Amino acid sequence: MVDAVIQRSEVAVPARRRTGLRRTMQRKSTVAFLMALPLILLIGLFVVYPALYSLHLATLNKSMERFVGLDNFFFLFKRETFWMVVQQSCIFAITAVIFKAIIGFIVAHFVHNVPAKGQRKWRGMLLVPWVIPPAMSTLAWLWLFDPSYSAFNWVLAVFGVGPVPWTGDANWARLSVILVNVWIGAPFFMIMYLAALKSVPEQLYEAAAIDGANWWQRIWFVTLPMMRNIIAITALFSLIVTFANFDIVRILTAGGPIDRTHVFATWAFWLGIQGGDIPLGASVSLFMVPILAVAAIFILRDISKRGNEA
Amino acid sequence: MSRDRRWALRWSYFFLVLFAIFFLTPPVYMLITSLKTSAEISAATNPWWVYHPTLSNYIELLTSPSFLTYFRNSAVVSVIVVSLTMLISVPAAFALSRMKFWGSATLATGVFLTYLIPETLLFLPLFKMFAVFNEWTDIQLINRWWVLLFVYPTLTVPFATWIMIGYFASIPKELDEAALIDGAGWLQTLTKIFIPVALPGLIAATIFAFTVSWAQFLYPLAFTTSADQLVLPVGIITSLIKGDVFNWGQIMTGALLGAAPPLIIYAFLMDYYIAGLTAGATKG
Repeated sequence: MVDAVIQRSEVAVPARRRTGLRRTMQRKSTVAFLMALPLILLIGLFVVYPALYSLHLATLNKSMERFVGLDNFFFLFKRETFWMVVQQSCIFAITAVIFKAIIGFIVAHFVHNVPAKGQRKWRGMLLVPWVIPPAMSTLAWLWLFDPSYSAFNWVLAVFGVGPVPWTGDANWARLSVILVNVWIGAPFFMIMYLAALKSVPEQLYEAAAIDGANWWQRIWFVTLPMMRNIIAITALFSLIVTFANFDIVRILTAGGPIDRTHVFATWAFWLGIQGGDIPLGASVSLFMVPILAVAAIFILRDISKRGNEA
Repeated sequence: MSRDRRWALRWSYFFLVLFAIFFLTPPVYMLITSLKTSAEISAATNPWWVYHPTLSNYIELLTSPSFLTYFRNSAVVSVIVVSLTMLISVPAAFALSRMKFWGSATLATGVFLTYLIPETLLFLPLFKMFAVFNEWTDIQLINRWWVLLFVYPTLTVPFATWIMIGYFASIPKELDEAALIDGAGWLQTLTKIFIPVALPGLIAATIFAFTVSWAQFLYPLAFTTSADQLVLPVGIITSLIKGDVFNWGQIMTGALLGAAPPLIIYAFLMDYYIAGLTAGATKG
């Protein structure tokens, strides 16, 4: 302590300009800014700039030499495939999130019911789909859905049910894509809900039991209201991720059969990278922004609300 | 009451087993297929059983130079990205949670918003940016594995910073005040107090950064094409699937080997993994 004071007074002797600089460097806010600078640069260069740049790109023609205003958007509006992609993305995201939420909730309940000693084991096993890289597990699904060697169809054949065209028929393909997404995402909901279930005070259930509530009433009047926040925020998170999903559709169906399973991300990739029309692809991916923005606003509101409570 | 409880328990186990089967079928089927020869895969036998188990798929892949290249690329990219992520996000989180500066509150919110921006929105402008950069400087970024080192941190840093802000905020203020009084600078406070105390959060963020960079598929698919520049997920999909010929035994082996590093980390550090998972939405 004493050493530090002595050192500091010695340092203060040299020319005034240097101490001025030194003082600025030692000021808390300057140090803090410098510590956050790499983060600011990273976000500015590789997130904010490309995001704004895509707005600019969307107004160029295919060879990116001429400004065409909103022509890309008008072109998209006239294409049937575009409206199909809008519809498919919405169906895909909403259905998948609802099923993930329901399955996650049910599984979390069962895990919560089991004696505490066994919970770790079950939780560990049930989270595996979330841990495997989605591209890798989707390959396994692709193989399970294989038109000629489908292991699912083999099981169905044992029960005398005809072969299912998992990825061959438009509606089955949509269902398969949703199924894989639910499989990957449900464990995340399970973990979140399990954490929330553990935070519900036991006394509430005791009080409900004394009032003669059955298990359904306990869930409806105690568990759900207590978990409302976490359910909402998990669903919103998942909505963003599901809506912007790329890996599953790309690997499972690549948008087929005949564009019937394309979502925004895969169609933008198809147009932009494979088709070489970057402006058109950028215009397509920009259509994700409104939904993402709405979800983001709700999440932020929720987080700042809880920040104020704490 | 206790009979009720017993039945509830039985039903719970019953459904948990059902769900476990649902959740574990694909990875188990990966393993089953990876142990088969091509002949057995195309034979009309029970696909759920291995009649003549063989490790030939594993031997073939683990001695194939291209597969080892993918694996090495993935490992190098992931390790560097994890280090970069921690170097960027830990000081930033410290600054944002403890040392207020002009705009720091906005920046904290901005970091969180960045986490919500999906990569599917950014890959096309980034692709074009790299192309323009190439025209200006003659440095080629597209089709180089190290370009991933610039883009992966955009996926890992915001979330890692966000978790670390949460962990740092839970450290009592008295602790760093005491350190300051004892003459510690800001850097010492960070390295001697915050990092040791928030170590669980640090581990959770590290695991998160690793799994994200290991699993990323869109960026490498869009930015790299030559066989020697590919990372594992893209490599498996583009090189093992040749036209319409699927060598499923090798694809499943590759997929399983690609899934192994995150699974092994998860097996050993499950609690940290789950802490990181729930921290994003429950902290802050």
